[in-house]
Amino acid sequence: MNWLQRRVRPEQIRELSLLLLIILAVTIFGSLIPYYYTSRTFDRIAESVTIIGIVGIGQTLVVLTRNIDLSVGSIVGCTAYFIGALIAGNNGINPLAAILLAIAMGAVMGAINGVLVAWARVPSIIVTLGTLAIYRGTLVDLSGARTVTSDTLPGWLLNLARVNLLTIGMVRIGALFTIALSMVVIFQIGTTYLRAGRCIYAIGSNPDAALLIGLPFRRLVFLVFVISGALSGLAGFVMLARFGNITVEAGRGLELEVVAAVVVGGVNIFGGSGSVVGATLGAVMLGILEQSLLRLQISEFWRDALLGLLILLAVASDAVILQRLRTLWGRAELKVAPGMPPPVPETEKGVTNP
Amino acid sequence: MIALGRLKSWEGLLLAILVVVVAMNVMRSPYYLGIDNIVNLFQLSIEKIIVALTMTMIIVSGEIDLSVASIMGLAAVLLGCLFKAGIPMPAAILIALLSGLAAGLFNGFWVAQAGLPSLAVTLAGLIGYRGLARVFIQDHSIGGFPGWFNTIGQQRTVGPLTISIVIFFILFVIVAVTLHGSGLGRLVYAIGNNTQAARYAGVRVKLIKLCLFGASGLVAALAGILYGARLGSVRGDIATGFELDIITMVLLGGVSIFGGSGNIIGVGLSILVILNLRNGMGLANITGDTQTSVVGALLILSVLVPNLMHTLKTKWKERKT
Repeated sequence: MNWLQRRVRPEQIRELSLLLLIILAVTIFGSLIPYYYTSRTFDRIAESVTIIGIVGIGQTLVVLTRNIDLSVGSIVGCTAYFIGALIAGNNGINPLAAILLAIAMGAVMGAINGVLVAWARVPSIIVTLGTLAIYRGTLVDLSGARTVTSDTLPGWLLNLARVNLLTIGMVRIGALFTIALSMVVIFQIGTTYLRAGRCIYAIGSNPDAALLIGLPFRRLVFLVFVISGALSGLAGFVMLARFGNITVEAGRGLELEVVAAVVVGGVNIFGGSGSVVGATLGAVMLGILEQSLLRLQISEFWRDALLGLLILLAVASDAVILQRLRTLWGRAELKVAPGMPPPVPETEKGVTNP
Repeated sequence: MIALGRLKSWEGLLLAILVVVVAMNVMRSPYYLGIDNIVNLFQLSIEKIIVALTMTMIIVSGEIDLSVASIMGLAAVLLGCLFKAGIPMPAAILIALLSGLAAGLFNGFWVAQAGLPSLAVTLAGLIGYRGLARVFIQDHSIGGFPGWFNTIGQQRTVGPLTISIVIFFILFVIVAVTLHGSGLGRLVYAIGNNTQAARYAGVRVKLIKLCLFGASGLVAALAGILYGARLGSVRGDIATGFELDIITMVLLGGVSIFGGSGNIIGVGLSILVILNLRNGMGLANITGDTQTSVVGALLILSVLVPNLMHTLKTKWKERKT
């Protein structure tokens, strides 16, 4: 077993290869599109990644536990609209209170999903397919199909999308992008080092075993749905700050984009493997493709067709490459395992034990 | 035996809901059970309920097909473009149907042969096939089809029924016989219950899955063409978002999302419940999104209530002993 195989797991190579793919894509697009390496390109991509990225973190946690959350688009729409209407009603509201309220509202909606999945044992795809419709219906009903417009919102909210916290060379890092980035860092560390984070992986890898060794199965499933809801609430707030004008259609169809980002990011749809960083890289990849194909102009109508093909290729290559790597790693482990009898090659087994 | 009892109670539940909904609608309007209104009832979502039939088989086999609405769109758009290019209508219909079959087989190849999760593959299909439809038609709208084509979707040619409704009933019988009266149907259930065991028992899992996805694509294309015939024109965003409604119909019918259980009678009842419920809410001036949210609530309750009943029953028994 060489140094590389001891230090790096096959799953990490997957994220590395996605990163290489992103660099490759940027290089190709950079040579095709004039003025590609400018801050404008970065801004556009960052803008499109921010919302999908934030929701994608929550979705990753849910998918890791072998569930799925299809209601995120409706939760984003609900929080964006209702918090927008609230702020438009009283402009004097404390900014921090508004953000916390958005997160809390999303968390409550996620908690409803969580209770139904964890304790009532209704399959998550049924629950969230139902709440996808219910939350959207509630939004359309309660709003009376009115629109939140940017001229009713206070200045601090609209400026939030334009504030730059950090400028590195030509690249300006905005406040909203920073929020998304810090969430990725927090949840990546959380899922890697916290006990609850590791338990989430255990649940998705083998639910029966996780239950048998006494992990707080239901509480954790409930928790991931609450987190997914809360992050969707945060994304709703980000959407409000970015667009200013929010209709009842806000966030419709977002769930499919988010699931696509998570799948491209190498999170296994059957749970137990993948990471927050991977899902974010998936979102970045989709964002780059979307914005770059838009800039190429001729391909405007080809964009979705290519996107679909790319998702398929990502999933396929992922499955093939990962399987190869796992067998390679498995063989290497067999060779060096201490105190074990020397490995018997598959072909000789049948001969020695007839 | 217990499973059989629960299955029966599920359809009993759906039947009870159906009776209540129809009774309420009849009270609201005396013309409700007239043949005109019933034909209308089916006609308004005929494309979705046609696709729900093949979706039942896909879900029973433990897979899912999210790309059906996009295949509907692709077939309808392709038909429009070929017609505009001067190709005779029957040939255009044939090519559109074949495109749906090809799209379904493409999904099926990746699921069956490459062993990828169908959720991911058909999600890619959902985005990709819709994109392909947009490539063909861009942002135009194509109409002015020959009269006989529009007649298929709009006129009541078979007695009081339209051809679309007749096609639905024929397909319903075909799916019912395939699923419940043929060896192939038993194999589909076997695959849904335990793919590995089915494979070891010599079932040709890959071939059957490939066929199921092919059939799903073909029927989706047919539904897309009928939708184009009913609307009289096609656009790039035709049938967008239908997949969720279709899957809701199947799951409300008691088909397990994990595969291996459920039957076509349940799906038929759930289709009737949803159609009557939507029509009734329409009579009461309740609009689109609220209708959808009521159906969503019904979907959750349909799994939640039997689950709770089961839990209560076991708790009750434990206390007794």
